[in-house]
Amino acid sequence: MHELGIVFHIIRSVEKVAVENGLEKVSAVVLELGEVSGVVPDYLADCWRWAAAKSELASGSELRIETLPAVTRCGGCGADYPTVAHGRTCPRCGSGDTWLLTGNEVNIKEIEAY
Amino acid sequence: MDHVRIIEVKQSVFADNDKRAAQLRQELKGRGVFLLNLMSSPGSGKTTTLRRTAELLKDELKIGVMEADIDSDVDARAMAEAGVKSIQLHTGGMCHLDADMTRQGLDELLAEGGVELAILENVGNLVCPAEFDTGAVKNAAILSVPEGDDKPLKYPLMFQVCDVVLINKMDVAPYFDFDLEKCREYIRMRNPNAKVIPICAKTGEGVEEWAGWLREQIRAWKV
Repeated sequence: MHELGIVFHIIRSVEKVAVENGLEKVSAVVLELGEVSGVVPDYLADCWRWAAAKSELASGSELRIETLPAVTRCGGCGADYPTVAHGRTCPRCGSGDTWLLTGNEVNIKEIEAY
Repeated sequence: MDHVRIIEVKQSVFADNDKRAAQLRQELKGRGVFLLNLMSSPGSGKTTTLRRTAELLKDELKIGVMEADIDSDVDARAMAEAGVKSIQLHTGGMCHLDADMTRQGLDELLAEGGVELAILENVGNLVCPAEFDTGAVKNAAILSVPEGDDKPLKYPLMFQVCDVVLINKMDVAPYFDFDLEKCREYIRMRNPNAKVIPICAKTGEGVEEWAGWLREQIRAWKV
Protein backbone atom coordinates (compact mmCIF):
# COMPACT_ATOMS: atom_id res chain seq x y z
CA MET A 1 0.00 0.00 0.00
CA HIS A 2 2.56 2.59 -0.97
CA GLU A 3 -0.21 4.23 -2.97
CA LEU A 4 -1.33 6.21 0.07
CA GLY A 5 2.16 7.60 0.64
CA ILE A 6 2.42 8.47 -3.03
CA VAL A 7 -0.93 10.27 -2.91
CA PHE A 8 0.27 12.38 0.03
CA HIS A 9 3.32 13.36 -1.99
CA ILE A 10 1.18 14.25 -5.00
CA ILE A 11 -1.09 16.43 -2.90
CA ARG A 12 1.88 18.20 -1.36
CA SER A 13 3.39 18.87 -4.79
CA VAL A 14 0.04 20.08 -6.11
CA GLU A 15 -0.34 22.44 -3.15
CA LYS A 16 3.09 23.85 -3.88
CA VAL A 17 2.30 24.39 -7.55
CA ALA A 18 -0.99 26.00 -6.54
CA VAL A 19 0.76 28.55 -4.33
CA GLU A 20 3.32 29.33 -7.04
CA ASN A 21 0.59 29.85 -9.63
CA GLY A 22 -2.09 31.43 -7.48
CA LEU A 23 -4.60 28.59 -7.92
CA GLU A 24 -7.56 28.40 -5.56
CA LYS A 25 -9.16 25.18 -6.61
CA VAL A 26 -7.78 22.22 -8.53
CA SER A 27 -10.22 20.29 -10.70
CA ALA A 28 -7.94 17.54 -11.99
CA VAL A 29 -4.44 16.19 -11.68
CA VAL A 30 -2.98 14.28 -14.61
CA LEU A 31 -0.49 11.61 -13.66
CA GLU A 32 1.84 9.67 -15.91
CA LEU A 33 2.27 6.15 -14.62
CA GLY A 34 4.80 3.76 -16.12
CA GLU A 35 3.57 0.24 -16.78
CA VAL A 36 6.14 -1.21 -14.38
CA SER A 37 6.14 1.59 -11.81
CA GLY A 38 4.70 -0.83 -9.26
CA VAL A 39 1.83 1.55 -8.56
CA VAL A 40 -1.64 0.06 -8.86
CA PRO A 41 -3.89 2.62 -10.60
CA ASP A 42 -7.10 1.47 -8.91
CA TYR A 43 -5.58 1.66 -5.43
CA LEU A 44 -4.12 5.03 -6.27
CA ALA A 45 -7.51 6.35 -7.38
CA ASP A 46 -9.12 5.07 -4.15
CA CYS A 47 -6.43 6.66 -2.01
CA TRP A 48 -6.81 9.86 -4.00
CA ARG A 49 -10.54 10.11 -3.31
CA TRP A 50 -9.94 9.63 0.39
CA ALA A 51 -6.95 11.93 0.76
CA ALA A 52 -8.01 14.68 -1.67
CA ALA A 53 -11.27 15.10 0.25
CA LYS A 54 -9.20 16.29 3.22
CA SER A 55 -7.47 18.96 1.16
CA GLU A 56 -9.27 22.23 0.67
CA LEU A 57 -7.50 22.78 -2.62
CA ALA A 58 -7.98 19.32 -4.12
CA SER A 59 -11.27 18.07 -2.66
CA GLY A 60 -13.55 16.72 -5.35
CA SER A 61 -10.79 16.80 -7.93
CA GLU A 62 -10.23 14.03 -10.39
CA LEU A 63 -7.02 12.01 -10.69
CA ARG A 64 -6.50 11.13 -14.35
CA ILE A 65 -3.92 8.46 -15.03
CA GLU A 66 -2.09 8.12 -18.34
CA THR A 67 -0.13 4.91 -18.74
CA LEU A 68 3.37 5.05 -20.21
CA PRO A 69 4.58 1.87 -21.90
CA ALA A 70 7.56 0.02 -20.46
CA VAL A 71 10.42 -0.56 -22.87
CA THR A 72 13.59 -2.53 -22.17
CA ARG A 73 16.84 -2.32 -24.12
CA CYS A 74 19.08 -5.32 -24.68
CA GLY A 75 22.83 -4.85 -24.25
CA GLY A 76 23.45 -8.08 -26.18
CA CYS A 77 21.85 -7.20 -29.52
CA GLY A 78 20.70 -3.62 -29.05
CA ALA A 79 17.00 -4.40 -29.51
CA ASP A 80 14.25 -2.51 -27.67
CA TYR A 81 11.34 -4.67 -26.64
CA PRO A 82 8.15 -4.40 -24.53
CA THR A 83 9.02 -5.15 -20.90
CA VAL A 84 5.66 -6.44 -19.75
CA ALA A 85 5.56 -9.19 -22.38
CA HIS A 86 9.16 -10.37 -22.11
CA GLY A 87 10.59 -9.30 -18.75
CA ARG A 88 14.33 -9.11 -18.33
CA THR A 89 15.36 -11.64 -20.95
CA CYS A 90 15.68 -10.35 -24.51
CA PRO A 91 13.19 -12.12 -26.79
CA ARG A 92 15.48 -11.66 -29.78
CA CYS A 93 18.83 -12.98 -28.56
CA GLY A 94 18.10 -14.41 -25.10
CA SER A 95 20.55 -12.12 -23.32
CA GLY A 96 19.91 -11.17 -19.70
CA ASP A 97 22.02 -8.03 -20.01
CA THR A 98 19.04 -5.70 -20.29
CA TRP A 99 17.89 -2.47 -18.71
CA LEU A 100 14.70 -0.51 -18.48
CA LEU A 101 14.48 2.51 -20.79
CA THR A 102 11.02 3.73 -19.77
CA GLY A 103 8.19 2.43 -17.67
CA ASN A 104 8.93 3.21 -14.03
CA GLU A 105 7.68 6.81 -14.13
CA VAL A 106 5.38 8.30 -11.53
CA ASN A 107 5.11 11.85 -12.82
CA ILE A 108 2.70 14.67 -12.26
CA LYS A 109 2.12 15.76 -15.85
CA GLU A 110 -0.23 18.66 -15.37
CA ILE A 111 -2.79 20.21 -13.12
CA GLU A 112 -6.14 21.59 -14.17
CA ALA A 113 -7.43 24.44 -12.10
CA TYR A 114 -9.83 27.33 -12.15
CA MET B 1 -18.06 27.93 -15.45
CA ASP B 2 -14.76 29.63 -14.91
CA HIS B 3 -11.98 29.37 -17.38
CA VAL B 4 -9.90 26.24 -16.75
CA ARG B 5 -6.18 26.68 -16.49
CA ILE B 6 -3.75 23.91 -17.30
CA ILE B 7 -0.48 24.07 -15.41
CA GLU B 8 2.25 21.87 -16.83
CA VAL B 9 4.24 20.27 -14.03
CA LYS B 10 6.17 17.35 -15.54
CA GLN B 11 7.79 16.34 -12.31
CA SER B 12 8.36 12.99 -10.69
CA VAL B 13 6.25 12.43 -7.60
CA PHE B 14 9.44 11.40 -5.83
CA ALA B 15 11.41 14.50 -6.83
CA ASP B 16 10.30 16.53 -3.83
CA ASN B 17 11.16 13.73 -1.40
CA ASP B 18 14.53 13.19 -3.08
CA LYS B 19 15.31 16.87 -2.59
CA ARG B 20 14.33 16.82 1.07
CA ALA B 21 16.36 13.65 1.60
CA ALA B 22 19.46 15.19 0.04
CA GLN B 23 19.05 18.21 2.28
CA LEU B 24 18.71 16.03 5.37
CA ARG B 25 21.84 14.08 4.41
CA GLN B 26 23.75 17.32 4.09
CA GLU B 27 22.59 18.52 7.50
CA LEU B 28 23.53 15.22 9.12
CA LYS B 29 26.98 15.46 7.63
CA GLY B 30 27.36 18.86 9.27
CA ARG B 31 26.30 17.37 12.61
CA GLY B 32 28.58 14.36 12.29
CA VAL B 33 25.71 11.86 12.31
CA PHE B 34 25.78 8.74 10.11
CA LEU B 35 22.28 7.56 9.23
CA LEU B 36 21.80 3.94 8.16
CA ASN B 37 18.51 2.83 6.64
CA LEU B 38 17.89 -0.86 7.31
CA MET B 39 15.22 -2.53 5.23
CA SER B 40 13.88 -6.06 4.83
CA SER B 41 10.76 -8.22 4.90
CA PRO B 42 8.97 -8.66 8.22
CA GLY B 43 10.65 -11.38 10.27
CA SER B 44 14.00 -11.45 8.49
CA GLY B 45 15.84 -10.48 11.68
CA LYS B 46 16.33 -6.71 11.56
CA THR B 47 15.99 -6.21 15.29
CA THR B 48 18.12 -9.23 16.23
CA THR B 49 20.81 -8.11 13.79
CA LEU B 50 20.75 -4.62 15.28
CA ARG B 51 21.11 -5.99 18.80
CA ARG B 52 24.16 -7.97 17.69
CA THR B 53 25.57 -4.98 15.88
CA ALA B 54 25.08 -2.77 18.91
CA GLU B 55 26.94 -5.28 21.11
CA LEU B 56 29.96 -4.92 18.85
CA LEU B 57 29.88 -1.18 18.30
CA LYS B 58 28.32 0.44 21.33
CA ASP B 59 31.59 0.89 23.21
CA GLU B 60 33.14 2.86 20.36
CA LEU B 61 30.12 4.70 18.94
CA LYS B 62 27.05 6.28 20.43
CA ILE B 63 24.17 4.52 18.68
CA GLY B 64 20.55 5.57 18.41
CA VAL B 65 17.85 3.48 16.78
CA MET B 66 14.51 4.50 15.30
CA GLU B 67 12.08 1.64 15.04
CA ALA B 68 9.44 2.29 12.40
CA ASP B 69 6.35 0.12 12.53
CA ILE B 70 2.71 0.40 11.80
CA ASP B 71 1.94 -0.36 15.44
CA SER B 72 3.39 -1.53 18.80
CA ASP B 73 6.66 -0.74 20.53
CA VAL B 74 8.11 -4.25 20.88
CA ASP B 75 11.16 -3.41 18.76
CA ALA B 76 12.02 -0.23 20.65
CA ARG B 77 11.74 -2.16 23.92
CA ALA B 78 14.00 -4.89 22.58
CA MET B 79 16.65 -2.34 21.64
CA ALA B 80 16.33 -0.53 24.97
CA GLU B 81 16.89 -3.87 26.73
CA ALA B 82 20.10 -4.20 24.73
CA GLY B 83 21.18 -0.87 26.18
CA VAL B 84 20.71 1.16 23.02
CA LYS B 85 18.87 4.45 22.91
CA SER B 86 15.79 3.82 20.84
CA ILE B 87 12.55 5.44 19.88
CA GLN B 88 9.48 3.98 18.24
CA LEU B 89 7.94 5.66 15.22
CA HIS B 90 4.42 4.80 14.17
CA THR B 91 3.68 5.26 10.51
CA GLY B 92 -0.08 5.41 10.88
CA GLY B 93 -0.66 2.52 8.51
CA MET B 94 1.90 3.62 5.95
CA CYS B 95 4.29 1.01 4.66
CA HIS B 96 7.45 3.10 4.52
CA LEU B 97 9.15 6.21 5.84
CA ASP B 98 9.93 9.21 3.69
CA ALA B 99 12.49 11.93 4.30
CA ASP B 100 10.19 14.16 6.35
CA MET B 101 9.08 11.33 8.62
CA THR B 102 12.72 10.36 9.11
CA ARG B 103 13.56 13.94 9.98
CA GLN B 104 10.82 14.03 12.61
CA GLY B 105 12.19 10.86 14.17
CA LEU B 106 15.73 12.20 14.12
CA ASP B 107 14.62 15.41 15.83
CA GLU B 108 13.64 13.29 18.80
CA LEU B 109 16.51 10.81 18.60
CA LEU B 110 19.20 13.46 18.32
CA ALA B 111 17.64 15.93 20.77
CA GLU B 112 20.05 15.11 23.58
CA GLY B 113 23.02 15.11 21.25
CA GLY B 114 25.94 12.73 21.09
CA VAL B 115 24.48 10.13 18.71
CA GLU B 116 27.03 9.31 15.99
CA LEU B 117 25.34 6.34 14.38
CA ALA B 118 21.59 6.67 13.86
CA ILE B 119 19.87 3.61 12.51
CA LEU B 120 16.44 3.63 10.97
CA GLU B 121 14.80 0.23 11.12
CA ASN B 122 12.34 0.74 8.32
CA VAL B 123 8.91 -0.89 8.09
CA GLY B 124 9.20 -4.58 7.19
CA ASN B 125 8.49 -4.55 3.48
CA LEU B 126 10.59 -5.22 0.37
CA VAL B 127 8.63 -2.92 -1.91
CA CYS B 128 7.73 0.56 -0.72
CA PRO B 129 10.69 1.55 1.48
CA ALA B 130 12.93 1.18 -1.58
CA GLU B 131 11.08 3.95 -3.38
CA PHE B 132 11.55 6.67 -0.81
CA ASP B 133 14.97 8.11 -0.06
CA THR B 134 15.05 8.66 3.70
CA GLY B 135 18.15 10.83 3.76
CA ALA B 136 20.31 7.90 4.91
CA VAL B 137 24.00 7.81 4.04
CA LYS B 138 23.84 4.09 3.31
CA ASN B 139 21.04 1.63 2.69
CA ALA B 140 21.22 -1.93 3.94
CA ALA B 141 18.86 -4.82 3.27
CA ILE B 142 18.54 -8.12 5.07
CA LEU B 143 17.41 -11.19 3.17
CA SER B 144 16.95 -14.25 5.33
CA VAL B 145 17.46 -17.80 4.15
CA PRO B 146 13.82 -18.97 4.59
CA GLU B 147 12.67 -16.21 2.22
CA GLY B 148 14.48 -17.86 -0.70
CA ASP B 149 17.41 -16.97 -2.94
CA ASP B 150 15.18 -15.59 -5.70
CA LYS B 151 14.05 -12.46 -3.86
CA PRO B 152 16.51 -10.14 -5.68
CA LEU B 153 14.72 -11.13 -8.91
CA LYS B 154 11.28 -10.52 -7.49
CA TYR B 155 11.99 -7.25 -5.68
CA PRO B 156 14.68 -5.72 -7.89
CA LEU B 157 14.38 -2.12 -6.72
CA MET B 158 15.16 -3.01 -3.11
CA PHE B 159 18.41 -4.67 -4.16
CA GLN B 160 19.24 -1.86 -6.58
CA VAL B 161 19.13 0.81 -3.89
CA CYS B 162 21.15 -1.14 -1.32
CA ASP B 163 24.83 -0.65 -0.58
CA VAL B 164 25.00 -3.86 1.38
CA VAL B 165 22.88 -7.01 1.62
CA LEU B 166 23.05 -9.20 4.71
CA ILE B 167 22.03 -12.80 4.12
CA ASN B 168 20.70 -13.71 7.55
CA LYS B 169 19.82 -17.00 9.27
CA MET B 170 22.69 -18.87 7.64
CA ASP B 171 22.44 -21.42 10.48
CA VAL B 172 19.25 -22.86 9.01
CA ALA B 173 20.58 -23.02 5.44
CA PRO B 174 20.87 -26.86 5.53
CA TYR B 175 17.09 -27.09 5.93
CA PHE B 176 16.18 -24.85 3.01
CA ASP B 177 16.83 -24.92 -0.72
CA PHE B 178 18.75 -21.69 -0.49
CA ASP B 179 21.64 -21.40 -2.93
CA LEU B 180 24.00 -18.70 -1.63
CA GLU B 181 26.00 -18.48 -4.83
CA LYS B 182 22.86 -18.14 -6.91
CA CYS B 183 21.63 -15.44 -4.56
CA ARG B 184 24.92 -13.55 -4.89
CA GLU B 185 24.58 -13.79 -8.66
CA TYR B 186 20.99 -12.47 -8.60
CA ILE B 187 22.06 -9.54 -6.44
CA ARG B 188 25.00 -8.85 -8.76
CA MET B 189 22.63 -8.80 -11.76
CA ARG B 190 20.58 -6.06 -10.13
CA ASN B 191 23.39 -4.20 -8.42
CA PRO B 192 27.03 -5.05 -9.14
CA ASN B 193 28.20 -2.66 -6.41
CA ALA B 194 26.30 -4.18 -3.51
CA LYS B 195 28.38 -5.88 -0.85
CA VAL B 196 26.96 -9.23 0.24
CA ILE B 197 27.66 -10.54 3.75
CA PRO B 198 26.25 -13.87 4.97
CA ILE B 199 25.47 -13.67 8.69
CA CYS B 200 23.60 -15.37 11.47
CA ALA B 201 22.37 -12.79 13.92
CA LYS B 202 21.42 -15.53 16.39
CA THR B 203 24.88 -17.11 16.62
CA GLY B 204 26.86 -14.00 15.70
CA GLU B 205 28.42 -15.55 12.58
CA GLY B 206 29.48 -12.90 10.09
CA VAL B 207 28.38 -10.03 12.30
CA GLU B 208 32.01 -8.95 12.82
CA GLU B 209 32.41 -8.48 9.08
CA TRP B 210 29.21 -6.48 8.89
CA ALA B 211 30.22 -4.29 11.84
CA GLY B 212 33.60 -3.79 10.17
CA TRP B 213 31.93 -2.68 6.95
CA LEU B 214 29.76 -0.24 8.87
CA ARG B 215 32.75 1.10 10.81
CA GLU B 216 34.54 1.77 7.50
CA GLN B 217 31.56 3.61 6.03
CA ILE B 218 31.21 5.79 9.11
CA ARG B 219 34.91 6.62 9.04
CA ALA B 220 34.73 7.56 5.35
CA TRP B 221 31.63 9.70 5.96
CA LYS B 222 33.22 11.70 8.74
CA VAL B 223 36.25 12.72 6.68
